[in-house]
Amino acid sequence: MDLPVWIADYALPVAWITVQIVALVAPLMLAVAYLTVVERKLIGYMQLRVGPNRVGPRGWLQPIADGLKLLLKESIFPTQANKGVYIVAPLLSIGPALLAWAVIPFGPTYQTPFGEVTPVIAEVDVSLLFLLAVTSFGIYGVIMAGWAANSKYAIIGSMRAGAQMISYEIAMGFALIGVIMAANTLNIGEIVVAQSGGFWHWYFLPLLPLFVVFFISGVAETNRLPFDVSEGESEIVAGFHVEYAGMTFALFFLAEYANMILVSILTALLFLGGWHPPLPVAPFTWIPGPVWLLLKTALFLFFFLWFRATFPRFRYDQIMRLGWKVFIPVTLVWITVIGVANLTPLRAVFH
Amino acid sequence: MLESYLPILVFLAIALGVGVIALLLNFLVAPRNPDPEKLSPYESGFEAFEDARLRFDVRYYLVAILFIVFDLEIAFFFPWAVVLDELGATGFVAMAIFLGILVVGFIYEWKKGALEWE
Amino acid sequence: MAEIRNYTLNFGPQHPAAHGVLRLVLELDGEVVARADPHVGLLHRGTEKLAEHKTYMQALPYFDRLDYVSILPNEHAFCLAVEALREIEVPERAQYIRVMFDEISRILNHLLWLGAHAMDVGAMTMFLYTFRDRELLMDAYEAASGARLHANYYRPGGVNRDLPDTMPKYQPSKWHSEADLEEMNAWRQGSLVDFIEAFTDYFPDRVDEYETLLTDNRIWKQRTVGIGEIPAERALQLGFTGPMLRGSGVEWDLRRKQPYAVYDRMDFQVPVGTNGDSYDRYLVRIEEMRQSVRIIRQCVDWLRANPGPVRTSDYKVMPPPRAEMKQSMEALIHHFKLFSEGFHVPPGETYRTVEHPKGEFGVYLISDGANKPYRMKIRAAGFPHMAAMDEMTRGHMLADVVTVMGTMDVVFGEIDR
Repeated sequence: MDLPVWIADYALPVAWITVQIVALVAPLMLAVAYLTVVERKLIGYMQLRVGPNRVGPRGWLQPIADGLKLLLKESIFPTQANKGVYIVAPLLSIGPALLAWAVIPFGPTYQTPFGEVTPVIAEVDVSLLFLLAVTSFGIYGVIMAGWAANSKYAIIGSMRAGAQMISYEIAMGFALIGVIMAANTLNIGEIVVAQSGGFWHWYFLPLLPLFVVFFISGVAETNRLPFDVSEGESEIVAGFHVEYAGMTFALFFLAEYANMILVSILTALLFLGGWHPPLPVAPFTWIPGPVWLLLKTALFLFFFLWFRATFPRFRYDQIMRLGWKVFIPVTLVWITVIGVANLTPLRAVFH
Repeated sequence: MLESYLPILVFLAIALGVGVIALLLNFLVAPRNPDPEKLSPYESGFEAFEDARLRFDVRYYLVAILFIVFDLEIAFFFPWAVVLDELGATGFVAMAIFLGILVVGFIYEWKKGALEWE
Repeated sequence: MAEIRNYTLNFGPQHPAAHGVLRLVLELDGEVVARADPHVGLLHRGTEKLAEHKTYMQALPYFDRLDYVSILPNEHAFCLAVEALREIEVPERAQYIRVMFDEISRILNHLLWLGAHAMDVGAMTMFLYTFRDRELLMDAYEAASGARLHANYYRPGGVNRDLPDTMPKYQPSKWHSEADLEEMNAWRQGSLVDFIEAFTDYFPDRVDEYETLLTDNRIWKQRTVGIGEIPAERALQLGFTGPMLRGSGVEWDLRRKQPYAVYDRMDFQVPVGTNGDSYDRYLVRIEEMRQSVRIIRQCVDWLRANPGPVRTSDYKVMPPPRAEMKQSMEALIHHFKLFSEGFHVPPGETYRTVEHPKGEFGVYLISDGANKPYRMKIRAAGFPHMAAMDEMTRGHMLADVVTVMGTMDVVFGEIDR
């Protein structure tokens, strides 16, 4: 029996891809949901409280209850809002936040009876460039949300968020250039391979300034404390999403947390050797690579939460100053250092 | 080559689909009881003085313009960084000149106060 | 060229950082404040007028509800005014109790201020930490007066009752194991004085802990240094008092300059700032908490060594003991007259102040000889501070409005009265 050509050529691959994507997105959503519980629990313990402990055993069903509540809540559409833009904005927030995961590799290429298998949805050569392009789309969601709601708090918040996110994107981009200069590839998987060996081969040591700049810029990109002026609760109440409620709000929320995980996993991949164990010897190599990757991701997620419990909020102009006058010069200097070192015997340090 | 982008296309549809389905579900199951007070723009409990869509501080736009310059710079850097090893000293010098010009511009902005906020 | 307009923004009353019910109309030029116009009065309850229709003793609880963060100093000012007009002799032990509870209130107030201020600036953990310690002091309030917040404990002529010999203890429940309970009740085995002493041993370390989180924190410094600066001379002109004035470097403390109760016997220092910015005021208040602990410690030592009466024996202003009422007709009549008609205050007028945690809190009392005030005017410490809102925020950014509001330590109960 011959399958029609279009089924064999298009429908089957698409179906297979869809299965893969669902296998990624479903755990991701679950991770986002449980990140909120972990956040509340962790910050709770830092603040001498216990966090949520009523829904389900020890509060572990809390995110389900939260999700249901948001689903059953009325979404408000303010009279003076620009309805179309108002609805599209959360979609433009969640879309890129999920789409970016298409190029994230979760482990090395495995040899299987069916050939080589790489745990990544889209094996793209310029995955880093793609990532940079997609994540910058998230800004549109924020700006449109603030503009459409027609509330002054929302518009101040979205203006701040827009300026802040683009500023830190530059610092982030320069930090990435340092990584590319060291790895000579735009493929995230190959960047990880270039770091194979013990932890002294990982890029966080030779590229230490860029590592710090990248992660802190990531915190600023996701609008988390201490950079959360776009939704700074005590100044502009909730910033760009002040008018959103119910599911429209939930989408912003999901996007923010998905972005947090994305920044963490990216930092782990680019600077902390991805799925490589810290020491390439026996007890460490028994643990599979993806587990190492997730552990490293969890470490950075912990930093996100730790920051939130510890720091006061920056003022808006201080954020801009940090981004433009500290981070960008630091990355420029370090790029030059790498460039010069590349021409000398020192280049071994960076490769 | 291009087929490696097919998953991204499918992913795009699914990513937006997740959002759309969530919103649709919300419309189906959530109550809708609009009233004028609920739908008025939030401004800390008082009537807003004026429309929120006013002219805005020019510095936000300045940041946007600076961003375009620097983002383009990054875009030029990417391919250069990938083939850095093959280019050798010539490549480095060429990029150093390019970077030098931009740094001069950056210093000019800095001194002009385009990065100041108060 | 088109005219560039500033835009106007309502900040409060329904706002997370409005400290209750402040409505601030802000005129913004981008992010920069061009004008800040506080609209007060949303919490106006007419305390002064209400007091004119109540006997002196009935007016007292209204003072709890003025500045509901530092309750007992409010009552203290009123009691001082009434005592001055009627020339009531206050037993020494009552004065020590008052001083001790004034300082406990100061710590309570500064702890709430610290938590709220830090949270306004974004450090939310601080809030939970300070509330942990507030809880202990509120237990002290409760043990002495029966209420955690609105104590209604001082009376013209002393305090309502002597400090209790036992502390209320935590009871077993399914949430706390035996070991937990033992730890939680460790301080509560003895009297209230023992409990407070244990607190004075424990608290200075906590202040160090708060300082670790904030004092050298770069972000905290960036957010507070140079914000809401007021030079000493200007602060005097604006009528600032308390930490707001001391932060600008003026050493003015009523506990020192016009000692009332037994403050003249206390050994303590008055911290002053130098720059008059939010950071200096923060440091001043932190140091005041340490000094308060010292004063409390001295009171504890004295109170333990000197038992005695805490109420005046003049049964015209303080009810006689229960036991006496069972036997003495005169005592019963005194009791009845006091709680129906109240006591009369000779004609005259007076202005009495206390060093309230927020500044000078004064009661101006005019009596025409009746059993209720002819006129009562309250000087709220926060009101002149609030009036300087515009001056302190102009030229700063939107986020600094919140810092300035936090550093003023405003409570609308007393500002709106």
